[in-house]
Amino acid sequence: MNKIRASVLMRHEVGLHARPSVKLTKLAKAFESRIDLGLTPEGPWVDAKSIVKVMATRAPKDSTIYFRAEGNDAKAALEALVTLVDGDFQDGP
Amino acid sequence: MDHRTHRATRRIEGRSAAPGIALAPLVRMTPVKHDARQHRSAAEEHQALVDALTASQEALGVLACEAGDDEAEAILAFQIALLEDDSLTAPAFARIAEGAAAHLAWSAAIDPEIASYEAAEDPYFRGRASDLRDLRDRVLRHLAGEADQIVPAGVIVAADDMPPSIFLATDWREGGLVLRRGSPSSHVAILARSRGVPMIVGVDVDRLDDGSEALLDGDAGLLIVDPGTEARAVYRQRRAELAEARKAMASFNGPVQTAAGEPVRVMINVTGLAELATLDPGHVDGIGLMRTEFLFHGREKLPTEEEQYRIYRRMLEWAGDKPVTIRTLDAGGDKPIAGLTQPDDMNPFLGVRGVRLSLRRPEVFRAQLRALARAAVAGNLKVMVPMVTVPEELDRCRALFEEACAELRREGIAAQMPPLGMMVEVPAAALTIEDFNADFFSIGSNDLIQYVAAASRDEPQLADLTRPSRAVFGLIGHVVNYANRAGREASLCGDLAGDPGQVAALLDQGLRIFSVAPGALGPVKAAISGYSGPAA
Repeated sequence: MNKIRASVLMRHEVGLHARPSVKLTKLAKAFESRIDLGLTPEGPWVDAKSIVKVMATRAPKDSTIYFRAEGNDAKAALEALVTLVDGDFQDGP
Repeated sequence: MDHRTHRATRRIEGRSAAPGIALAPLVRMTPVKHDARQHRSAAEEHQALVDALTASQEALGVLACEAGDDEAEAILAFQIALLEDDSLTAPAFARIAEGAAAHLAWSAAIDPEIASYEAAEDPYFRGRASDLRDLRDRVLRHLAGEADQIVPAGVIVAADDMPPSIFLATDWREGGLVLRRGSPSSHVAILARSRGVPMIVGVDVDRLDDGSEALLDGDAGLLIVDPGTEARAVYRQRRAELAEARKAMASFNGPVQTAAGEPVRVMINVTGLAELATLDPGHVDGIGLMRTEFLFHGREKLPTEEEQYRIYRRMLEWAGDKPVTIRTLDAGGDKPIAGLTQPDDMNPFLGVRGVRLSLRRPEVFRAQLRALARAAVAGNLKVMVPMVTVPEELDRCRALFEEACAELRREGIAAQMPPLGMMVEVPAAALTIEDFNADFFSIGSNDLIQYVAAASRDEPQLADLTRPSRAVFGLIGHVVNYANRAGREASLCGDLAGDPGQVAALLDQGLRIFSVAPGALGPVKAAISGYSGPAA
């Protein structure tokens, strides 16, 4: 199975803090694919479903977030995650 | 007959933090004992941790539903997410499999996380360390078989310290609070005074037994355990007096004057909208001090201009045409704010606090000034600046304020420059008060006293030095006299104003505007109406 990738610029004013991280990991967990998150196209990669790991990236405002995913719903997962970050972590419709 | 009635009465002295009197059972809130557990088999320890994690998760879920505000909800959601994260819990279970006790395994798993947050450069992440500690202790409490600490209603709580969140979540009724740590100027003390909950600090709470009957005298700073008949009689009399005073207060609903017929204005100190909900604006002469640091405290991010504007506006709407005096952010000193104050300040009370901090963080200050300039259009707003030491500081604030007004108007947003005054709490400012271009003065007696006496109000051993002295009254008189001559208003918003025993001394100095905690309105108005002029 192929890994698919995506990236998105995060403009959230406080960076990847608790509130956005909670939303991101919750959304990632809704998918069965393995999903990794990194701050460069080469990683290092962390599990996007782990709040401990995601918060540990300490991603500041204006970082680009890279995702890679592997699994049946990988494409849908990355679309949803990119939409969340791109929409500044607002609650979707 | 209860054996307790035969116990010897014990008198324990502390320091008064909030006035009032309570007679109720004593409940000791203990910190978590980390090694109170028996170690059992690996399977049992595994199950114990599973149960503790589940129970903690459920408790947090209930709290999140009841939180009712975004900030609290965000923190609780973060804690719940941590509990659901295998990368946090898996190492704990691995240690248990190797033979470790559940509580040690859990601490070993979460402590490095806490340490990494504590070491973070970003103050926001450092602030999250306390959320993780809170989570660690919650799980440890479950492991130790202690349920979540829910404070029962109407008791006297004895504890090392109490976070404002727990204070606010408690039904105090006729109860009270006894703390080892904390000070009369701590957040909890301010909340206790504003809600009329008697409170004392500086008490060795280890000597107190759960369940004893106790009499808490918040005015005298005294706790009487297993009070005798005599103390109970005093209590009943004091309750009757308080009820009388409350009744008298009803007759002090409107304007108050001295026995000689001189009008005196009495305003209130508040920290937010919650306190106003139960108050009738008709009973006060306005808000003499709104402490904005509570809008900034314990949050994930600083409040935006829009958020501040809405709160300020609602206060002005509450007050109608009466004045609302909003103090710009007074962070620092004993009021640190994550992401704003300097964590390594050597001596916070003599450090970068109040206006000193605002002028160094113009982006935060600017948002507050813009919010205030917008709110000024909606009512009788006055703005004052804390910790002013030299005239240039106030001049710079005025220039920034005018700039914010001009900027808003250019953006087509209605804005107006309100009267700009200063807090007088630094002796240097009090001594040279005539040099300041302030539209009004508000004396902050808490800081003034400790700066004049060079004695911390948080040091119990120096309580004698931090009583108001002739030096302090001399400075107050100097400021009030100058204000009267210059045709400007001078008020006093420190705890001194809310102490009925000091009212006459303040009136002697010419003070005619008091600003007090809502709970002190009645007693202070009563003291004013009994004043017939300076003692001969």
